[in-house]
Amino acid sequence: MKRLSFVFAMIAVFALIGSASAGTLDDVKAKGFVQAGVNGDLFGFGKPDEKGVWRGLDVDTARAIAVAVFNDPDKVKFTPLTAKTRFTALQSGEIDVLTRNCTQTLGRDTALGLDFCQVNYYDGQGFLVTKKLGVKSAKELEGASVCVLPGTTTELNVADYFRANGMKMKPVVIENTAELAKAFFAGRCDCLTSDASQLAGTRAVAPNPKDYMILPEIISKEPLAPVVRHGDNQWKDIVNYSVLAMINAEELGITSKNIDDMLKSKDPKIMRFLGVTEGNGKALGLDEKFAYNIIKKIGNYGEVFERNVGVNTPLGIERGLNALWTDGGLMYSPPFK
Amino acid sequence: MPPEQDKISRDASSTTVPFYNDPKKRSILFQIATLLMVGLLAFYLISNTLTNLDKQSIATGLGFLQKESAFEIGESPIPYSAADTYGRALVVGFLNTLIVSFIGIIITIILGTLIGIARLSSNWLISKLAAVYIEVFQDIPVLLQLFFWYAFFYNILPSPRQALNPIMGVFLSNRGLVFTVPEAHSVHKYMAIALVVAGVVIYFLRRWSRQRQARTGQSFPVFRVSLALVIGLPLLTWAVGGAPTAMNVPALKGFNFVGGTNISPEFTALLLGLILYTAAYVAEVVRAGIQSVSKGQTEAAMSLGLKPGLVLNLVILPQALRVIIPPLTSQMLNLTKNSSLAVAIGYPDFVSVAGTTINQTGQAIEGVALMMVVYLTLSLLTSAFMNWYNKKTALVER
Repeated sequence: MKRLSFVFAMIAVFALIGSASAGTLDDVKAKGFVQAGVNGDLFGFGKPDEKGVWRGLDVDTARAIAVAVFNDPDKVKFTPLTAKTRFTALQSGEIDVLTRNCTQTLGRDTALGLDFCQVNYYDGQGFLVTKKLGVKSAKELEGASVCVLPGTTTELNVADYFRANGMKMKPVVIENTAELAKAFFAGRCDCLTSDASQLAGTRAVAPNPKDYMILPEIISKEPLAPVVRHGDNQWKDIVNYSVLAMINAEELGITSKNIDDMLKSKDPKIMRFLGVTEGNGKALGLDEKFAYNIIKKIGNYGEVFERNVGVNTPLGIERGLNALWTDGGLMYSPPFK
Repeated sequence: MPPEQDKISRDASSTTVPFYNDPKKRSILFQIATLLMVGLLAFYLISNTLTNLDKQSIATGLGFLQKESAFEIGESPIPYSAADTYGRALVVGFLNTLIVSFIGIIITIILGTLIGIARLSSNWLISKLAAVYIEVFQDIPVLLQLFFWYAFFYNILPSPRQALNPIMGVFLSNRGLVFTVPEAHSVHKYMAIALVVAGVVIYFLRRWSRQRQARTGQSFPVFRVSLALVIGLPLLTWAVGGAPTAMNVPALKGFNFVGGTNISPEFTALLLGLILYTAAYVAEVVRAGIQSVSKGQTEAAMSLGLKPGLVLNLVILPQALRVIIPPLTSQMLNLTKNSSLAVAIGYPDFVSVAGTTINQTGQAIEGVALMMVVYLTLSLLTSAFMNWYNKKTALVER
């Protein structure tokens, strides 16, 4: 027993060695960059391109945070994490923020010692199947082998869905996203289940994308949001308002192209937002121009969305739930004042 | 006055040698100090951990084992569903690890021994083939081998609808090998008991035959009788129990086969990868063991007129095993530990299930501790058994 508790304690020390420090913002400023946990294998959200430059919606979110703190989108280092390792990496202080398509749930928000920030993508879980199978609905998947990533809400949702519909399933659980996709394309499973955005990303890199279809059923709510450690309110505010700044900019009609003209605007909302009227930056402990910098260097939410996952990308995703509230979506920012 | 004298001399010794110069007392002092330091360190680490976990509001304790797991597991030797607890899910993972390790170890030892002997063959081709095998499989990381075998299975084999059907009731597809098994029947339990009874009878039969041979010099065909017992007793039970012949034949229903028993590609790939990798090492161990017995021993035994089988059993093996068993134990432990790579190719072993549990509950420390306890226990049990066997086979110096 003694040996066991010693072992316990040793892991704990290694796990928590980094988190004993002061505020995350001070740590980030001291080391000179933001360490962001990202997916690494998910096209459209977090994956390096052919030249090794990180691209994706989550990557741009992390860059926006770097711009807010340093006014430099490159002062961020990316740690590719699997679904299983992501929360431990954040808890242990290995990364400062997790922008890796994580679903906000009550359990994660509480027992894991984490805090979820502003949602940067509203998603839902679906099924990807080959057209050859001749399946038109998820209700026809009785007895199917299902490829799924371990340690995800997906794994629970799919088990719930099959249970609720009185169907049996055989999960094939592979830790690595790329390996999982390979097994699915080779026909090891009848369907691949994940968030619809991920399915679109996976289909986009399939050997023959036209052979696959996403079934119409969306079986869950998946609000994907950046995550920070519980208890560091200032850092949480910074991450929150970095995302919200992009949403608010779209609402105010500010883009990376017209932003310098907007500086001359006499609209008090725009003047406050861009830091012409000071106050917002100081409240967050950031530069007064943080929102201006984010929009100038990264773009507003609409630009980021269209660049990474929009209809003109291989993913071809419509705005849907991710449109502004004014356009019937869920993206809504509190006022910047 | 001898007693008084004795007292005086003792007093003298205690005054002349202070306690810190007395090696006995000093060593006790050092041990107490070490124990105290280790204790303090442990206390500090544990209390620090608990405070930190509390500060980060991360849940602690093993209470999560009672909660509903809500996730499915691909294959399980015992009934399991998402409605069961985390505790049961972990048991399923543990059994899966145990199964793959146990089967893996047995086949590895057989295959490794054969290749080790082949490596020493006087036939040039066989010896060189064995050498190539050993070099190739030893030098490729086992994880790559697992990926290779897994990809091999799901790429080469057809989908269930085009499954290969080599003989009736057996189907081979990228979902695994599905085959017919007898329908569950109460007589199976008694057949298993009959098998155990056969084992006990054989044990006493061997003892009796050895004693008889020592007494009278007559040998008894133990092997043939044992074989008859192992097959005959369960068969007799089956016949007495009404000889049920109902079969559970797999049939394609929807996407997959229903009924029969399925050996999944994940399990096969893991087993194959581990066996082929570890067997290469075992082959080298066996070769070294056999070569450690000098040739003179064989020649001496032959000149006594022993048959080749007896030479191997009575002269060479007892000496070779002395060299073989300790490194063989460590290879068996390696195989068990390497089975945790299953997580990479989707076999739900203990690490895979524990990993999912950690992620769903967020209780990494408890989960990792459980993993360590499980592997430590498996390793200690294996080496305890092997040490016992080693002692049994060790040469008794007379």
